[in-house]
Amino acid sequence: MTFLFDLFAQAAQMALVLALAPVLIGFTRKVKARLLRRRGPPLLQPWYDLIRLLRKDVVLAHDASWLYRAAPYLIFSTTWVAASLVPTFATGLMFGWIADLIALTALLGAARFFLALAGMDVGTSFGGIGSSRETMFGSLAEPATIMIAFIVSLIAGSTQLSEVAAYMASDFALRVSVLFALIGLIIVAIAENGRIPVDNPATHLELTMVHEAMILEYSGRHLAIIEMASALKLLLYVSLIGCIFFPFGIAPPDGSLADMGYGVAFYVVKIFVAGFLLALFEVSTAKMRIFRVSDFLGAALMLGLLGTLLVFVTRSL
Amino acid sequence: MQEHLSLDIAQLLAGGLVLVSFMLLYQDRLTGLINIFALHALVLTLSVAWQAHVQNAAHLYVTAAIALVFKAIVIPYSLHKIVKALRVHRTVEVVGGIGATMLVGMFLMGLSLVVMLPATTTADPFAREDLAFALTIVLLGMLMMVTRRNAVSQIIGFMSLENGLVLAAAGANGMPLVVEISVAFSILIAFIVIGIFLFRIRERFDTVDLYELDRVRGERR
Repeated sequence: MTFLFDLFAQAAQMALVLALAPVLIGFTRKVKARLLRRRGPPLLQPWYDLIRLLRKDVVLAHDASWLYRAAPYLIFSTTWVAASLVPTFATGLMFGWIADLIALTALLGAARFFLALAGMDVGTSFGGIGSSRETMFGSLAEPATIMIAFIVSLIAGSTQLSEVAAYMASDFALRVSVLFALIGLIIVAIAENGRIPVDNPATHLELTMVHEAMILEYSGRHLAIIEMASALKLLLYVSLIGCIFFPFGIAPPDGSLADMGYGVAFYVVKIFVAGFLLALFEVSTAKMRIFRVSDFLGAALMLGLLGTLLVFVTRSL
Repeated sequence: MQEHLSLDIAQLLAGGLVLVSFMLLYQDRLTGLINIFALHALVLTLSVAWQAHVQNAAHLYVTAAIALVFKAIVIPYSLHKIVKALRVHRTVEVVGGIGATMLVGMFLMGLSLVVMLPATTTADPFAREDLAFALTIVLLGMLMMVTRRNAVSQIIGFMSLENGLVLAAAGANGMPLVVEISVAFSILIAFIVIGIFLFRIRERFDTVDLYELDRVRGERR
């Protein structure tokens, strides 16, 4: 019986992240529009867009190889797996033991690899630009992520997200290194998801785009799946920040159904707060030059290094 | 638990001060630099006030008040005025590679931790971490004075260096009030003198970029 319950909880989490990801995007867009005194599209607009795209035909370039057709599914599946491994409303889920910070980084790295390959596959110049920029950002963001993972795992004594979340929820203390890790992870999340200071998700201006440049040639269901994957990636980072740094109300490993209900409620609130803050941040900053991004991400790497140093300082006191 | 939490808060504030020092190194616009300097002084105020609360030392509150009034309000305000008057408020400073500077800063932080933590094993934890962080802030201020070309940002480097000294003094448990007040006022005097110098430099060379001085002295770069 417990086996069935565990399976159900895991399946619920997979469905939950899938359902919530476009809503988060829609909510961010709505808040941004309201802050600019416009009305904005409805909250579920990303879902409507996805459904519309799914019904349309795929237009393929003549030069597209099998990789081009396979890439959306690979990107989507790796991102979905990663997103459903992060503890959102409960720790100690059935597959929680795979939810390792290093494994998550690797899964996202694989998704990025396929996305960059697909961008170059058709042979248009925009795709190449996008891929080269994405790889540059990735090569800077990944060491930062790993350093942040080190901080967190040095404090919690494990790289498994379930255990980290459980530790952070049980042992509340103010730590400098955790603060540094939080800021670093926010910077990485902004850069990885192509949000405003790094890349503008709403533009198709060729000089600035990164993510959009790589998927410019996609259409129909392929585009829908890639859009879904990028929505999932944003949700993944939000829930990662939520479960490591703000693990309030998260259900314990052998939690009852009521605990999980509370967990879901808290999780949804966290998601909406994060979406609101993201929108606020995006409205109040301007996009930076592409050559400034390396400094921006370098700051995240530096925060990771500083935080790791400080963990040892705190230990020695 | 209470002891632990108060140590955590002290460390959070001192670490935050180091973080703001790194933000100073990162920023290359003069207006933003001055605002971050005000933030630096604000974090220093909080840190000193927390030390005063923990050590039950009333005179440290005076230090905090001095830091708040002079360094977080008066000096940034007059720096803004100076920058406006010199007409350099839109200047983006040419810094030779922010990434490299940050790496050097990291190295300096590691160095000060390596030096300070073994050297102060007998002191109490508050003084230890404050001293280590204060040395970092001093070194970062010096780094900023070395790497910047613009005289205004060199002043800010100098002032942030002094903030590190105040942090060390507050953590070291027992710096007389007279010394603190005199240090604060000497900083203020230094600020006025530097301000006058800035205008003199500008009058002479039509710029506050100190690399121009090399040319005047006949040194080749």
